[in-house]
Amino acid sequence: MTDISAPLPHAVAGATDKVKDETPLMTKVAKATGGGPGKYIVWLIAALWTVPTMGLLISSFRPEDDIKTSGWWTWFGEPANVTLDNYSSVLSDKVGGQPFSSFFWNTVRIAVPGAIIPIAVASFAAYALSWMHFKGRDALSVFIVALMVVPLQMCLIPLLRLFSSDAFEKLPLEGIPSIWLAHAIFGMPIAIFLLKNFIGSLPSEVIEAARVDGASHMTIFLKIVMPLSVPAIASLAIFQFLWVWNDLLVAKVFGGGAANQPMTYALVDMVGNKGNEWQLLTAGAFITMIVPLIVFLSLQRFFVRGLLAGSVKG
Amino acid sequence: MGDIFSSLALVVVGIAIFVAVLGALYWLASQLPEPWRERARTAVFIGPGIILLLGLVIPALLNFRFSFLDRDEEWYGFGNYRDIFTNDNNIKVLANTLWWGILVTGVSTVIGITIARFADRMRGEPFAKALIFLPTAISMVGAGIIWNFVYSPKEYGLLNSMLRLLPGEQETKFFLQDPKLFGIQSNYVPGLNTILIMVVIIWIQAGFATVVISAALKGVPDDLVEAAKIDGATDRQAFYKVVLPYIKGTIITVATTVVIAVLKIFDIIQTMGKGGSFGTSTMANEMYEQAFPQDNEGLGAAWAVLLFVAVAPIVFVNARNQRAMREGR
Repeated sequence: MTDISAPLPHAVAGATDKVKDETPLMTKVAKATGGGPGKYIVWLIAALWTVPTMGLLISSFRPEDDIKTSGWWTWFGEPANVTLDNYSSVLSDKVGGQPFSSFFWNTVRIAVPGAIIPIAVASFAAYALSWMHFKGRDALSVFIVALMVVPLQMCLIPLLRLFSSDAFEKLPLEGIPSIWLAHAIFGMPIAIFLLKNFIGSLPSEVIEAARVDGASHMTIFLKIVMPLSVPAIASLAIFQFLWVWNDLLVAKVFGGGAANQPMTYALVDMVGNKGNEWQLLTAGAFITMIVPLIVFLSLQRFFVRGLLAGSVKG
Repeated sequence: MGDIFSSLALVVVGIAIFVAVLGALYWLASQLPEPWRERARTAVFIGPGIILLLGLVIPALLNFRFSFLDRDEEWYGFGNYRDIFTNDNNIKVLANTLWWGILVTGVSTVIGITIARFADRMRGEPFAKALIFLPTAISMVGAGIIWNFVYSPKEYGLLNSMLRLLPGEQETKFFLQDPKLFGIQSNYVPGLNTILIMVVIIWIQAGFATVVISAALKGVPDDLVEAAKIDGATDRQAFYKVVLPYIKGTIITVATTVVIAVLKIFDIIQTMGKGGSFGTSTMANEMYEQAFPQDNEGLGAAWAVLLFVAVAPIVFVNARNQRAMREGR
């Protein structure tokens, strides 16, 4: 944690260290459980887990005829036989009158605000539920936990009707903004729950001291709580971003026509209409995966750390 | 390039509007005299969240009402629920969903425990764990395409090619269209196709289980394990009798999180199960199929209510478990 946030007040640093607790307590569990044959199991599973993705990656660089008539593993016999044609042809391929590349940008348009909006709203709410005093605060917290139970499928039809009702007609929600709003709604309970767990466990002395010094809630929120919550917010943001980036259902229901749809929609459409054009599907699938993989590989540390803040006894 | 700029512009404008509105409201709230000032500020903090939550609460309540209406939106009482529990196809859907919850959750959690245990302090541990965690980042749609190269009956299908290596004449298998398991076709037994689709989700979920359990393992105090060994425990005993009970809370968290995700499984059935054909449907898929392609919103709503009833207790177990873990810290 110390390597990512601004210098911390001493008391806070000591307290939040509990949350991460990764390396210093490296146990001798490995020694205790034996490092012998177990490692072969690990590498076997790791290899099995990699084979399917590798197959897709290799396939996407093979010429069309090769993909359709032989297994991707035969490529190892003729490794010079690669091409970028699949990528250039899928990018210019049209789905519903739109080039595939425009679906990439639609996904960006959907996913970035789709991750930022709910987390911004949830951060404010989590702060209020943790550090502001008002009637019914605890009941509201319990109610929000209870809302995590509601499967998003349950709200699709009524929410769609609500969005297309007269009351909403005048709002500029048509298309992508309605996808943002739907994702924000569906992500809200879990985002508030996780952020409240984190923000609520910050040491009260720090916040009380700032109050006594006359700091307003907005100042405390922006200057103290937000910097301390970077790990939790970052990991939640990555989760929400990947979830929205990979989503098909919400976009399909709320997005309207092909002009507002993400890449997942274009891919499913291609599977349906061009099911034999594997040269397009492999390259297309890899293009949809490239951003999540980069995000994942470069931010894995945050990802794991935040995952733990909510779920591991520290 | 125009695309890039217009995307970024839309993103920036959207967020700027949000920040500006919130800032303006907070400023307005600050102009009020006490005690209204404090109340108004609280409202600005929590208000947007509540408004978004209403977008969940109101549709959920409306959905309950829909579930008592028939295809023509006439009052149908408990008719939809009766249809679900008496129709053979629907029994299959319920049984499938139950198997999904049991098998995928069980296998993913066990794989997570196994990897976390054996990879701990192994050379190359971060790399091995990253490989196993990687599928978590991939969309269900992408996963469907990836696994087609494993299950396909064509020349490029890996599984069929491996079968052909076996001695004797091997007929090409249409794995994803095979509703039988070991020759058994029953409403209560998942088909081979369902099992193979489950493998894809295990492939996605095992990484999550591994990472969380692995971190919990590293939090087990040294002296606890040492003490057990001094008392004469073997490695195996130390793991099962000391380490596992110590991280029980984490294992419950992992299992409940996976169960919740699995019960809502939808995309993968749409892509790999062709929307639930060949007996692969699950509750969430059936909800979508009934409400949209079949245009029977009442029945779809009833499925959604049942999904709610199935998920609710698990979420509460999860939330209580997490609170217990925090308090026990």
